[in-house]
Amino acid sequence: MGVLLETANLTKYFGLVKAADDLTVRVQDGELVGIVGPNGSGKTTFLNLITGYVPPTRGSIRYRGRDITGLPPQTVTALGIARSFQIPQLYTGLTVLENMLVALATRAGRSRDFWRPLRDNRRTEEAVQILGQFGFKDEIGQAVASLAEGERKLLDVALSFALKPTLLLLDEPTSGVSAKDKFEVMDTLVGVLKGTGVTTAFVEHDIDVVRRYAERMLVFEEGKVIADGAPEILLADPAMKGVILGTG
Amino acid sequence: MLPALAGLLLLAVVAPALPGWTIFLLSMAFAKALVVLGLVLLLRGGLVSFGHGMYYAAGAYAVGFAMKLLGIREALLLSAMGLAAGALLASVLGLLLARHRGLFFAMLNLAFSMILYAILLKFYWVTGGTDGMGVRQATFAGLLPSVAFLRLAYFYLTLGIAVVAFSLAHRVAGSPTGYLIRAARDNEVRVAYMGASVPQTIYRTYVLSGALGGLGGSLSALNVGHIVPELSYWTQSGEFVFVALLGGYGHVLGPLAGSIVFELVRNYAYKFSPYTWQLSLGAILLVIILFLPGGLWSLFERAVRWRTRWAFSSRPRI
Repeated sequence: MGVLLETANLTKYFGLVKAADDLTVRVQDGELVGIVGPNGSGKTTFLNLITGYVPPTRGSIRYRGRDITGLPPQTVTALGIARSFQIPQLYTGLTVLENMLVALATRAGRSRDFWRPLRDNRRTEEAVQILGQFGFKDEIGQAVASLAEGERKLLDVALSFALKPTLLLLDEPTSGVSAKDKFEVMDTLVGVLKGTGVTTAFVEHDIDVVRRYAERMLVFEEGKVIADGAPEILLADPAMKGVILGTG
Repeated sequence: MLPALAGLLLLAVVAPALPGWTIFLLSMAFAKALVVLGLVLLLRGGLVSFGHGMYYAAGAYAVGFAMKLLGIREALLLSAMGLAAGALLASVLGLLLARHRGLFFAMLNLAFSMILYAILLKFYWVTGGTDGMGVRQATFAGLLPSVAFLRLAYFYLTLGIAVVAFSLAHRVAGSPTGYLIRAARDNEVRVAYMGASVPQTIYRTYVLSGALGGLGGSLSALNVGHIVPELSYWTQSGEFVFVALLGGYGHVLGPLAGSIVFELVRNYAYKFSPYTWQLSLGAILLVIILFLPGGLWSLFERAVRWRTRWAFSSRPRI
């Protein structure tokens, strides 16, 4: 198991606010990492820095040994890092199937193609199969705008998953989903990811979700990683639990 | 698409029996529909251009200069030159414009079209200034049609090119690029995180749009036989946007429907109220925006939906 992602002294200022403070993190191949911390602790900023959404003020990011610091999202994605968003980023004017077909065409390097049809049999078959894995059956012809929040979250992840990434970063995949449906959403996600070997890091507020699904947990506070280890060990410490919940 | 093609084929068959003014009106409607089609490809990506008169003029003047300076008279070649002029101009301006969105995109297009207008107006020793340039009769496969058949020959040329262009545009709309421009309208962030480039997608669509504008301009020049700087004026660009809204941009055939209806309405509005015809057009656009936000094409879509619903409801229940 080698190092897939490595950040060194990663720092980001937004004006005078230090959103990421000297982050030095290593993610190994095949890990399932939960990223937790109170609001404003820098979890999403960490994902944004890795995926090129914002450039770091200083520090470096290496992915498979290659320096990817400050590369734009398009290039980062092409290198094999995909992400989902806290607020699902979908094509609301297209149907569920069309969203997936666009993802598959882009993955195949066909985004410049203006001659062959987007809907060919093979691509449609694969799209339906991936959507099926994420629980989409009757909804594939529906406009995205008509989906429930949980379904949108799943579709957002499904689009990222369809790119066949090596590293998948999920930003709060269960936020906005009812407490009852949270585990159902995560069961679906982890079920799909299991066996694919995709290294996954997910930002999460619900410590029960992290406890159940993550193999390793990074605890963020004020832009720093203050703890890194197995969830069951870290969550056994009441003080750490307080920090994560923002009550400590 | 097939019923529309059948309709156009029928039109081609009955064309010789139609009066000359109708043939000319339809030819102009088809030529302008090509420019509007280019505009619609951009509108599907949420980009409005208030300067497509620029490509219309570029195509028309390409025909004028090709005849005047190079002595080319072959209609198909002249049309191709108009298309190339539009594509070339768009490929240069697109480098800058593909970085802009919304109002900036719209107004920068307008600014460039007005620069071209000023050039065409002021460099009169080359362009003929306000007098414009005359466009001589074109030849068809080396043959010069007689005056009696000239209008019909131009009509068939325009119709033929329009059918090919609309079929190709339909194909483009269903391609990954066609969907990506719609996706970019909805969510540029997601497009970037798919590994695709939004500016490149817009650039490619813009060049295609400019090429269609140039093609429409060249056909218009051949049909009218005269070109003037006003082709690049902002009112001409506004007319194309008007027609795009009138026809709707949910389907590539919307511009064709809009353009034909626009030319007919303008013709009759001018006939019955020569001093207030713009008022009639304005009122029609107002009605369309209020009651048919999807344009005239949405009427056709509604009809198809009703028919489908009716077919299902009239099916015997088991």
